[in-house]
Amino acid sequence: MKNSKFSLLVVLTLVLSLFLTACYGGNKEGATTKPNDGGNGEKAETPAVPQELKVFESAELPSMDSVMAEDAASFEIINNVNEGLYRLDKDQKAIPAVASEDPAESEDKLTYTIKLKDNAKWTNGEPVTANDFVFAWQRALDPKTASPYGPYMMIGKIANADKVYDQSAKPEELGVKAIDDHTLEVKLVKPITYFKELMAFPSFYPQNKKFVEEKGAKFGTNAENLVFNGPFKMTDWGGPQATSWKLEKNADYWDAANVKLENIQFNVSKDPQASVNAFESGQVDKTPKLATAAIISQYEGDDQMQRFLEPSVWWIKMNQKNPALKNQNIRRAIALAVDRKALVDDVLQNGSIVADGIVPKEFAADDSGKDFRETGKYLETNKEEAKKLWAQGLKELGQSKLSLGYLSQDTETAKLEASFVKEQLETTLEGLAVEVKSVPFKIKLDLEDKMDYDLLNGGWGPDYQNPMTYMDLWITDGAQNKMGYSNPKFDDLIKQADKETDLNKQFEIFTQAEKVLLEEDVALSPLYQRSVNVLIKAKVKGLVHHNIGGEYSYQWVTIEGE
Amino acid sequence: MTKYILQRIVYMIITLFIVISATFFLMKLIPGSPFNSAEKLSEEQLHIMNEKYGLNDPVPVQYARYMGGMLKGDLGTSFQFNNTPVTTIISAGIGPSATLGLQAMFFGTIIGIFLGVIAALKQNTWIDYGSTFFAVVGKSIPSFVFAALLQYYIARELGWFPVMLWNGPEYSVLPTIALAMFPISIAARFMRTEMIDVLNSDYITLAKAKGASSFQISVKHALRNALIPVVTVLAPLAVGLMTGSLVIEKIFGIPGIGEAFVRSIMMNDYSVIMGTSILFATLFVVVILLVDILYGLIDPRIRVSGGSSK
Repeated sequence: MKNSKFSLLVVLTLVLSLFLTACYGGNKEGATTKPNDGGNGEKAETPAVPQELKVFESAELPSMDSVMAEDAASFEIINNVNEGLYRLDKDQKAIPAVASEDPAESEDKLTYTIKLKDNAKWTNGEPVTANDFVFAWQRALDPKTASPYGPYMMIGKIANADKVYDQSAKPEELGVKAIDDHTLEVKLVKPITYFKELMAFPSFYPQNKKFVEEKGAKFGTNAENLVFNGPFKMTDWGGPQATSWKLEKNADYWDAANVKLENIQFNVSKDPQASVNAFESGQVDKTPKLATAAIISQYEGDDQMQRFLEPSVWWIKMNQKNPALKNQNIRRAIALAVDRKALVDDVLQNGSIVADGIVPKEFAADDSGKDFRETGKYLETNKEEAKKLWAQGLKELGQSKLSLGYLSQDTETAKLEASFVKEQLETTLEGLAVEVKSVPFKIKLDLEDKMDYDLLNGGWGPDYQNPMTYMDLWITDGAQNKMGYSNPKFDDLIKQADKETDLNKQFEIFTQAEKVLLEEDVALSPLYQRSVNVLIKAKVKGLVHHNIGGEYSYQWVTIEGE
Repeated sequence: MTKYILQRIVYMIITLFIVISATFFLMKLIPGSPFNSAEKLSEEQLHIMNEKYGLNDPVPVQYARYMGGMLKGDLGTSFQFNNTPVTTIISAGIGPSATLGLQAMFFGTIIGIFLGVIAALKQNTWIDYGSTFFAVVGKSIPSFVFAALLQYYIARELGWFPVMLWNGPEYSVLPTIALAMFPISIAARFMRTEMIDVLNSDYITLAKAKGASSFQISVKHALRNALIPVVTVLAPLAVGLMTGSLVIEKIFGIPGIGEAFVRSIMMNDYSVIMGTSILFATLFVVVILLVDILYGLIDPRIRVSGGSSK
């Protein structure tokens, strides 16, 4: 009896060992990411520096179907394995990609005709044609596809997009037409001064009709069910749940001669300190964004840390449904009471800068290259003034004390920021009690939608390269307004800007609108513009960071030295 | 015994049904939409998306549909991961999590029991104190602290093991050690207490009087009896370890199920929340059943069905 139990134990142990061994089979690319393998062993014969890059991303890729993608991680990879009519260069200017030249505009600036390259190819050997754009755009607007981002990007811009989406018009009536295989015509609802840049956004990329239809539901589910027309092709991706994937140079790409990088191995790493450890040990060449001030400060001044100013602005929204916040003196006092310089320098410590307006710095420039942000600074911190306005506001309300909730996210940075804002408001504005409520992102969105808050910490990133992406959020009943702000003067200015075809004139209108929003109405209180910090090995040259769509372009990267 | 097991299986099914139903209705109370870009979608767009995924239907209808699908083995598709079947997400994540959990459990239990036994046999010596100290440290310091220390000193500074990722057995060494610290300390503490208890009992004195060797006494008589409470404590812990330690998976970049579960809750990814909950609940009830059966194997005096079976 005893022996039989002992044998059972031995057998169980063996089975367990076998199971454990079998469980490691998953990742074929294991060998490529082994640490410390850059020694002089087997690789000694390789003549030049291997053009290989190891990158950590902070999230999986939910979708590689350009019509279904809606997140930064997916857009980034799509931007590197596919391309649309235009592509953003290092200065965020759109340069021809599948298009062979700049578009021809009609006189009313509502119709664009674009010639396509005749040497742009898909990896299945087919040419990239104008029909591929028509197919992709129609697919994005088909309600059955349920594209989360396509309609958002196209409605209000492409002619008939709204009607095709609500099915009151046929897909063929959409404002995009293939004149011939290499000529595309796009009809707009209104003139768009940033048309080329808009076309660089992945939602407007082409799709190979034959391939998509052939694959059916399987399209985009893994690397085998994808087709590429960009600088790289994806060779190893198990689907949205995969935590690693690989890109290889696409020899069929029309500009393959200028792509030096042979392959890029991506892995997901969600812990910033672990990413830094892996970076130091040589397991990775580029980390995800480092959000922790403690880590960033260690690398301050180090060439390996690259800092990019993001066009992402953070602010305090003030819900005017609250009677106290309807009072302009109260709102202005709140806006002037927070020391934003201290917030970015002492609390965030990540290179973020004070936001002087709603439109961020280094985001949009007029025809002469003048940055929009140079147009003015609003609501600069002034605690003395804040105190006076506060007293005045309280008097008008007939109150001596006020209690307000401050809704924020539950991330470490957001919590830190919230306690700073609370401290600033409570110490500057006598009689104010701020109650911080930190909740997960989705819950914050839900409470914001229901306007169930007093003060709210929010932010916005752009979807296209024009100040409008920030300005039209605040029109009366705007989808993002959600704070009860309404001023017909502001609404009119936004309408005017929307119709304006001259970029410089449009910027002038935006300047007036921003003044109304912040200086006259104090509708909200801008806090800071965020910076991104990543560690990149010194050997990596030519990495390009973008403000919109895919965050990084790898096609101009070269590896120089070790 | 067979009757007992069958009866238990029926209870298990009822328990699972209650857990699944409760999870479903509680999940519907989480505010927010399952669509990533919900903040940018218009009301109309959200309506179309909800329609496509059947989220506009009343909750009881959704519940009935879900239960119907589940009985056919269809756990639905993920919202966040572009319609990937939940079964694919679970099968991809459970491998690494279970591997890591079983390794940690296997080594943790063996080392823990060994430490506990040695400490009990060498009571009040430096070996006992050392083992107790180790157990207290393992119990009181969270696994992520061990993980961070191991990663920094052993991987980054000494380069003995990879810092992170999951590409082969060598990648699992550090996370296993970090995760095993807790089972080691639990097993060691319980084992020591139980062993001391058993060693002081009458039947051990009798065995000694009969002239049994100390090895025979320790292994044959004491160890077996002392194991029962240890099994009781460790079994549910095993499920916890197998279903993924969120923090360890995150620190070491392991593509496990723990992270998938937490992310699904954060993202309102309904079908993934359900799928992972069903998996965790099933593992728990199965392990509880196994523990009951294991009792009988360790100590034949413990019999089921109210102790009447013989």
